[in-house]
Amino acid sequence: MSDLEQFQKETRAWLTENCPVEMCEPIEHEDDACWGGRNFTFKNEAQKLWLERMGAKGWTVPTWPKAYGGGGLSKAEAKILAKEMKRIKARSPLSSFGIWMLGPALLKFGSEVQKLEHLPKIALGEIRWCQGYSEPNAGSDLASLATNAEDKGDHWIVNGQKVWTSYADKADWIFCLVRTDNSGKKHHGISFVLFDMQTPGVTTRPIKLISGRSPFCETFFDDVKVPKENLVGELHKGWSIAKYLLTHEREMIGDQNGITRPMHEIAAGMIGLEDNKLADSILRAKILQTEVDEWAFNQTMARKLGEAKAGASLGADSSMLKYYGTELNKRRFELMMDSAGYEGLEWEGERSDDGRLARSWLRTKANSIEGGTSEVQLNIISKHILQLPGA
Amino acid sequence: MALVLNEDEQLLSESASGFFNEKSPVAALRKLRDERSEDGIDRSLWREMAVMGFAGVVIPEDHGGVDMGYMAAGLVAVEMGKNLTASPFLSSAILAATAIKTAGSDVQKSDWLPKLASGETIMALAVDEGRKHNPRLMETTAVRSGNGFTLSGEKSMVLDGHIADQLIVAAKTADDKITLFLIDPKSKGLTCERTVMVDSRNAARVSFDDVTVTADAVIGEVDEGDDVLEAVLNAGRAVVSAELLGAGTQAFNLTTNYLKERKQFGEEIGRFQALQHRASHLYCELELARSAVLAALTALDAGVDDAPLTVAMAKAKLGSVAKLAGLEGVQMFGGVGMTDEYDIGLFLKRIRAAQELFGDENYHLDQVGRMKGY
Repeated sequence: MSDLEQFQKETRAWLTENCPVEMCEPIEHEDDACWGGRNFTFKNEAQKLWLERMGAKGWTVPTWPKAYGGGGLSKAEAKILAKEMKRIKARSPLSSFGIWMLGPALLKFGSEVQKLEHLPKIALGEIRWCQGYSEPNAGSDLASLATNAEDKGDHWIVNGQKVWTSYADKADWIFCLVRTDNSGKKHHGISFVLFDMQTPGVTTRPIKLISGRSPFCETFFDDVKVPKENLVGELHKGWSIAKYLLTHEREMIGDQNGITRPMHEIAAGMIGLEDNKLADSILRAKILQTEVDEWAFNQTMARKLGEAKAGASLGADSSMLKYYGTELNKRRFELMMDSAGYEGLEWEGERSDDGRLARSWLRTKANSIEGGTSEVQLNIISKHILQLPGA
Repeated sequence: MALVLNEDEQLLSESASGFFNEKSPVAALRKLRDERSEDGIDRSLWREMAVMGFAGVVIPEDHGGVDMGYMAAGLVAVEMGKNLTASPFLSSAILAATAIKTAGSDVQKSDWLPKLASGETIMALAVDEGRKHNPRLMETTAVRSGNGFTLSGEKSMVLDGHIADQLIVAAKTADDKITLFLIDPKSKGLTCERTVMVDSRNAARVSFDDVTVTADAVIGEVDEGDDVLEAVLNAGRAVVSAELLGAGTQAFNLTTNYLKERKQFGEEIGRFQALQHRASHLYCELELARSAVLAALTALDAGVDDAPLTVAMAKAKLGSVAKLAGLEGVQMFGGVGMTDEYDIGLFLKRIRAAQELFGDENYHLDQVGRMKGY
């Protein structure tokens, strides 16, 4: 038996033993996920147990080095783990901006001290991170951000405002883009800093969205003291980290078709079948198209990750995945609403789980806005892949 | 890793690209069309393709082929799609070769496979009837008579029918039972009418007016042609999907090049965001299309249970994406896109024909639904 076969066998056995059955149900809503952090309330004991067990093995972040709380797995081993988890429909034990975004950036740009300090806490779900990027006047044009960090010797004093800070009210720490130099081009003079959300001068205000929920906040910085050792990478050169990290974010947002029930099963449950076909023939056709696209998209995701050299970024192709993946997710929810009909419109009450579908549907509208709009992604493809003039 | 070309596949792809760019560029199709070629193909090109191993790409080595499988066949088809190459590759090297190697008797295999691999024999598959591909609605019958069968009916869209040395014909031998026959097109009662098509490629209508054949014309078992036909058609669908990928990709390349050259309002039209976004969207669709084609070819070679589903999804996706590439191409070329002089229109036409072959997007979406139970 090869090493990989042995690994597969052991992994399968371990997962069977350790993954609680409740954690093998599909995630239908963002709220079902485990986000960790100082203030997180677990949905149930199974969720807590699953995080602890996976965290202890480093399998919340399988490919990170063991020294930083990871599993130290090779790419091939991590693939096996993912496949085995998929086989039993195991949920991801931890959803985390620390894992998806900050972690990769720290691994690449962080100091040894920063890695040892922050990565293990991310891996165990002890610290929940949020991202301070967008500002009221720096959305798609992110590099025009103005949150100011004034040099005070061994620390900065930060003043300004961020917006669309996901779960800032629930996060423990923030990774944040601040302006440390105003003299040059707008991409220069941006620095990437980390600080505790409990630092005096930080306030958050949830923004009520069309879904009635408030996953995003406005975040205000009023003379916030940030020690200089919290700078990641080089001073004034945070834009390259920001870009690197946005790439990861795009790949992550693009890949939201993980373990979810196939659309046609949900639709069949709502609309019914006639002669073994979905009773609404036009809806059936639309669902078929969308499911074929979802399949082709997932194949593309696998192909692009396979083509990229181990550990290398997908570059501008991440914009393709972000664009297509988010647009697909929106299509999916439009079709779910079509299938649900009047019942999908229910906003309150037990029957609809307080409008779970309607609110999720509305949430997906942000998919193609956050992390760079679809239009920005198309600009990036035009410029970096198609090399069209002036793009 | 799945869907990523290995070194051999990469090399094959490159050599096929070089070959077709040199031997059979789009100008070659124009020449066949403008000279109203009797054959509709260039026989010397087909011989050279056979020397390259393309004619025997899925034929076993002990029957004179190179046995490289459907992935290899698809990679060749992509390059043919880019060049709009006219050849009996699909009819002989894919459809006929698959039918005979899958279900043929030992005699049929040793009689015909070497000749298919060498390009000496051209064979055509007569399956479709009427306007649309739908084998479930087949009406051509083969009734037992003496020690053989008598065939009656009409077939449409028989690719390379008028130049075929042998025809592989699907006919009903009972309700819901299909049998495949190998028939000499010179048989009494058989007429073949070449149909000149929009894409300048070969097709024919073939009618059977009490055509009698002996029992040894049967390919495989009587009444058991359904599975064989499905396997043959799936090979054809996957390879046509690959050709559509090539044609769509090349239409897109021509278009983006044009966006960088053509000036209006004092600047290249590729500077306009309205066009940039459409081009970028098409890029994404073509990337998905490529994955779909590679997945289908991989599934065929692996012989996995869900290969028919994968092929149906791929053909559906390619039908829609390649059409989009042709449509967007002509629109972005503007007035010159409407002229016969520019190649983009030839891509639009070939894509229209190829997406119709063996089931269009609508047909295959319906198939996907049936296979998934909804």
